[in-house]
Amino acid sequence: MHRRSFLAGTAAAAALSGTACRRDTSNWRTLTGSEAATLAVLCDQIIPGGDQPGARWAGAVRFIDIQLTRKYKTHRTAYRDGLQQAEAIAHSRFKSALVDLPLAQQLECAQELERQSPQFFNLLVAHTMQSYYGSPRHGGNRDAVSWRMLGVPPLPVRGQNV
Amino acid sequence: MKKADAVIIGAGAGGGVVAKELAQAGFHVVLFERGRWYTAADCRKDDLRNQRTTLLGNAFGPEDEGQPRVAVDLNGRERIVLPSEGSYSNNAACVGGGTLSYGAMAWRYMPQDFRMRSTYGAPDGSTLEDWPITYDDLEPYYEKAEHEIGVSGDDSGNPFKGPRKRALPMPPLPPTREFEILEPAAKRLGLHPFHIPMLRNSVPYNGRGPCMRCRWCVGFACEVDAKNGTQNTVIPTAIATGNCELRERSMVSRIVTDDRGHATGVDYYDSDDRLQHQPADLIVVSACAIESARLLLNSKSRLFPNGLGNRYDQVGRNLQGHAYTGAFGAFDSNVYDDLGPGAGIAISDYNHGNAGLRGGAMLANEFIRLPIHFINMLPPGTPRWGKGHKDAMRALYRRTISIQGPTQEMPVATSRIEADSKVRDRWDIPVARISGDRHPHTLEIGTAMAARAEEWLKSAGAVQTWKKLPGRGVSGGQHQAGTCRMGNDPKSSVVDRNCRIHDLDNVFLADSSVHVTNGGFNPVLTILANAYRVSDFLVRNRRRA
Repeated sequence: MHRRSFLAGTAAAAALSGTACRRDTSNWRTLTGSEAATLAVLCDQIIPGGDQPGARWAGAVRFIDIQLTRKYKTHRTAYRDGLQQAEAIAHSRFKSALVDLPLAQQLECAQELERQSPQFFNLLVAHTMQSYYGSPRHGGNRDAVSWRMLGVPPLPVRGQNV
Repeated sequence: MKKADAVIIGAGAGGGVVAKELAQAGFHVVLFERGRWYTAADCRKDDLRNQRTTLLGNAFGPEDEGQPRVAVDLNGRERIVLPSEGSYSNNAACVGGGTLSYGAMAWRYMPQDFRMRSTYGAPDGSTLEDWPITYDDLEPYYEKAEHEIGVSGDDSGNPFKGPRKRALPMPPLPPTREFEILEPAAKRLGLHPFHIPMLRNSVPYNGRGPCMRCRWCVGFACEVDAKNGTQNTVIPTAIATGNCELRERSMVSRIVTDDRGHATGVDYYDSDDRLQHQPADLIVVSACAIESARLLLNSKSRLFPNGLGNRYDQVGRNLQGHAYTGAFGAFDSNVYDDLGPGAGIAISDYNHGNAGLRGGAMLANEFIRLPIHFINMLPPGTPRWGKGHKDAMRALYRRTISIQGPTQEMPVATSRIEADSKVRDRWDIPVARISGDRHPHTLEIGTAMAARAEEWLKSAGAVQTWKKLPGRGVSGGQHQAGTCRMGNDPKSSVVDRNCRIHDLDNVFLADSSVHVTNGGFNPVLTILANAYRVSDFLVRNRRRA
């Protein structure tokens, strides 16, 4: 039973990465390279950098990409559609790809996306927050950056610092 | 299969206690648990996947696959929900049940909590009722639970508590910074603050060490095994007697009865999903309020066409939990000291005696908020995202105290569990269907409690405060209770004062489902104490072969 579902999973993953390779030379599990770039811009609007790193640096895209193969696999279509819409907003407003816009115009696009697709945007906010403020074990919160920013001591590990 | 003297269904707070008491008295016991046995090594410290924060799933069961429920919202819309979703109203499914990963507050209910109808009268639309037992009936068993499972704390400063004969066996943990800020503030208001009783070692006890004060507490298995649940106390003791066999990952589907109204055993699916039958002389159901009601409703037979104990359509009704309400206060300096579990100080001044209100709540400072919790606790008006949100997180995380309390709910008959007619789980058993709403008076009480919490924070010097108000919708979750209430009248209750189902001579309930009302306190010590009381009755009345 377990062996069978493992093999099925492997086959699905192989098929998926095959598809991704044809469309786009992507190193991500579920996202294409351009989707990942769009997502990174949006995540960094939700938790921007500054004197402390933002969501992009902390691994938001990696976190979301991993979770889209697991707990959040039901949201894959929402991400595909939502990211496409973000690019459509950038093109119709500024005749440019989202990634090439200055920060202020990227913010405008994010605000417009929130107006047009509140459901997707809420999902994006929730997942970005989880990636940034949650446990680093899931691919976000790189170097426990948010915990350091908030002044929360890093994980106590028995035998190391406890 | 060899007949057992007793089958116990569910190895949580209630079932663990009964298993140990019966096994020590010489009963041959089979203890069923649908989940697994986790240990301290399963702590994981995973902020996104634990028993309280289930964004990436439950840590201690049930798994999301094949174990849905049906939730009905306030507009009557049905939705299939998974264990990691809030409206599933989950409690853990594992050896120890909720006690493996709980916050571990160890409250005795107050004498008035057992006499709610006599004290206040029921509001319109509520089934508010007295328990058929009193605080005094339960007091010796509260004491036994405190000493056997292990409670630290000091409630000697609480003048409102019911009389206790013996002090708690362990001192409280040293106070946190929040404690030191809140204690004088409460006293300035004329309140009576004290150290919360906790099922947590503050000193070595029961062969295990004390709390190491980390912030991964409520929702997690304790990494140093300092949190006391049935999985590290009474269940190992039961097994060590040689009289108790624990069957993990075994799902009981039905209690089997004969034509004389006598239970003869249970059908269950073993860990390989094979259907088995375990005959027994005595059945104790302790699967928690939702699953216990579901099992009774699914145990239909010719004599009991509506399920066991359900002759008068009472099984599954009066589902209640707690309306958690309170307030947040921001201070102008750092109040965060990273000392777990965080919660440490409480008042019981507002549990009863509030003008115009039927009951109230214990108020306490909250367990440590992890950053992932705090993202949704910022003051109203804070931007939901962007620089404004990040700045607010940075400004407030270490400067905020939260005081909250479990508002005692007014039970309603229409908040209920049914066996769903269409949806089945992976063993083809009809799943629990949850529907109902909170009584409006519960919301009034909760709103008043939030105001009291806010006053306490202001007295402590908070420069900004904001409330957490109660919401509508059916209540349950980890504090779920009331679905098979105890009572003297078979027409309005499911079990008698000894927790025996009215219709049957050998089926007992020993969990929160028998709670008539749920107190303004965390319910676990009452579940443990009542399980000791029921066990005592079973041992004293054991039929001689």
